[in-house]
Amino acid sequence: MKTIIFQTASNYLLPLLLLFSVFILLRGHYLPGGGFVGGLIASIAFVIHSFANGLEKTRSIIKFHPGFLMPVGLVFAIGAGAAPWFVGQPFMTGLWFEDPIPVIGMVGSALFFDTGVFLVVIGVSLTIIFTISETL
Amino acid sequence: MSNPYIVLPIIFQLFLAILLMFCWTQKNLQKLVSTVGSLIAVAIAVIMFAQVWKSGTLVTQAGNWGAPFGITFVADTFSVLMVLLTTLSGLAVSVFSVGAVRNARVKFGYFPILHFLIMGLCGAFLAGDIFNLYVWFEIIIISSFVLITIGGEKAQLEGSIKYVTMNLLASVVFLTAIAVLYGLTGSLNMADLSLKVAEIENRGLVNVTAILFLVGFGIKSAVFPLYFWLPASYHTPPPAISAIFGGLLTKVGIYALLRVFTLIFIPDAFMITLISIMAALTILSGGIGAMIQNNIRKIFSYLIICHIGFMLAGLGMYTELAILGTVFYLVHDIIVKTNLFMVSGLIFKIKGTYSLRLLGGFYKDYPKLSLLMAIPLFSLVGIPPLSGFWAKFYLIRGGLEVDNLVLVGFIILGSFLTLFIIARFWSEAFWKTGEELPKKLKVKYYHELKPLKQKAMVVSILFLAFISLGIGLGAEYVIQVASRVAEELMNPQSYIEAVLGKL
Repeated sequence: MKTIIFQTASNYLLPLLLLFSVFILLRGHYLPGGGFVGGLIASIAFVIHSFANGLEKTRSIIKFHPGFLMPVGLVFAIGAGAAPWFVGQPFMTGLWFEDPIPVIGMVGSALFFDTGVFLVVIGVSLTIIFTISETL
Repeated sequence: MSNPYIVLPIIFQLFLAILLMFCWTQKNLQKLVSTVGSLIAVAIAVIMFAQVWKSGTLVTQAGNWGAPFGITFVADTFSVLMVLLTTLSGLAVSVFSVGAVRNARVKFGYFPILHFLIMGLCGAFLAGDIFNLYVWFEIIIISSFVLITIGGEKAQLEGSIKYVTMNLLASVVFLTAIAVLYGLTGSLNMADLSLKVAEIENRGLVNVTAILFLVGFGIKSAVFPLYFWLPASYHTPPPAISAIFGGLLTKVGIYALLRVFTLIFIPDAFMITLISIMAALTILSGGIGAMIQNNIRKIFSYLIICHIGFMLAGLGMYTELAILGTVFYLVHDIIVKTNLFMVSGLIFKIKGTYSLRLLGGFYKDYPKLSLLMAIPLFSLVGIPPLSGFWAKFYLIRGGLEVDNLVLVGFIILGSFLTLFIIARFWSEAFWKTGEELPKKLKVKYYHELKPLKQKAMVVSILFLAFISLGIGLGAEYVIQVASRVAEELMNPQSYIEAVLGKL
């Protein structure tokens, strides 16, 4: 799909969609959203870019293999789960910072878990889609 | 008693899997990490076993939400015993894989998935919540789907279709049973269910739910008449993978059956008769199936079914003594079956075939290895003082105690069938004069491997053979453990109090 309109649009859509995915990730704790949906939106951003500009171009802006995001995301998740152990609480207890952080709001271990999910979803879906479109 | 660290065996396996994913491309580093990590996992399991042995059932509530609502993890003696056995055979398989798994499979993430599988197994044994048990079962089967298809050989894919279909069906039945149970009681916590199910007046509905569970777990543990997927699929993946499948996956089903039928559904006369009949027919069909097979891995697959029948028979007798026998058999069987599939893998690497007709002369060419392989083989038969003997001894005593002579007869028949099969196996593969087999190009033979890889395969078999010997010679200690497990299972009061607090 090498049309000039789609190519130009995709260049603007990529940062917009990535920003939107982070927004969805952050509002996820009490409102609809969260790591899974956010991750899907972020991977859609890259998929649209790869449809418009070809797979090689998208690869060159990501720089590393998307599969690498899977273990990184899992580290976030396992870290958020194990953090309560250090204060003598059971596994996966929600820990919260006392003061809200500007713009983001209240931050707790749940956000780190969600970030982990976010990264794993991007890693998995991009690996699958890139592998499939490579062999097409 | 509350202890937040009892989920450590699960989390440690997850940690290992993540670590292995980071070294995706370095095959040798993966092998090192997997072996060392499995050693540490055994150490963790041993410490946990000692803790539970000393201070009784340990409980943690993940997320710190109180018992009937949150996610409970319970480590009673049975759970930690199973976790310990899982990590032991995990260690053996991980070392065996260093030698036996091809680099092509390692490249597709064999080691991370292996540790995800062991994580699922540990989780299933520690779960104190029936829905969570389902989730761990899903983790187990999804990892096993990857393991059984990894490498993508034609035979593997054919076997995996049967495997996947039946296991998904079992999951659906299991999930339906949970839904019905939740509809009846409004709870998913197993300790809470134990109290609530006892109060339901409509016993017919409870029995229907219990049968749904029996079917779901029955498919997973390959019980008559739902066993046919097992011999159709277990001989297809590489031997290291069949070893972990044969050793542990069917036993999770037995674990779940024991747990559910001692804690939640106390079987009435009808259920006991049903389980006894299923056990007898499982022994018979597994034993007879193994007699006519020629592929050695198919023989072992049928023997798994036969011996699942023994364990189910213990549940069918439903006395403390019989449950003791079942638990002892479980301990013995996990170690021996894992070892036997590794033995079949080593035989294949040396001879290049699984066919009993073509094999032969193994004892003449490799006397020391043959004697080593004799230990798991004859433990399986239960020749005293090897490990199988004591387990069957207690099962038969349990049967005599409740005058269930038919079941005792079937256990003895099953033992004789096993003896016949193993004797035939021994004389065909080891004593018969063997001919020189034509070299296969696709097989990488034992003597072509690097010395480190050769040693890894032998050492892992040696390790499990020693444990088998230890179980047989130190039976006194295993009986102590098994009798405590049986006592805890038959008197679930302490389990319930540990989870829900003093009532």
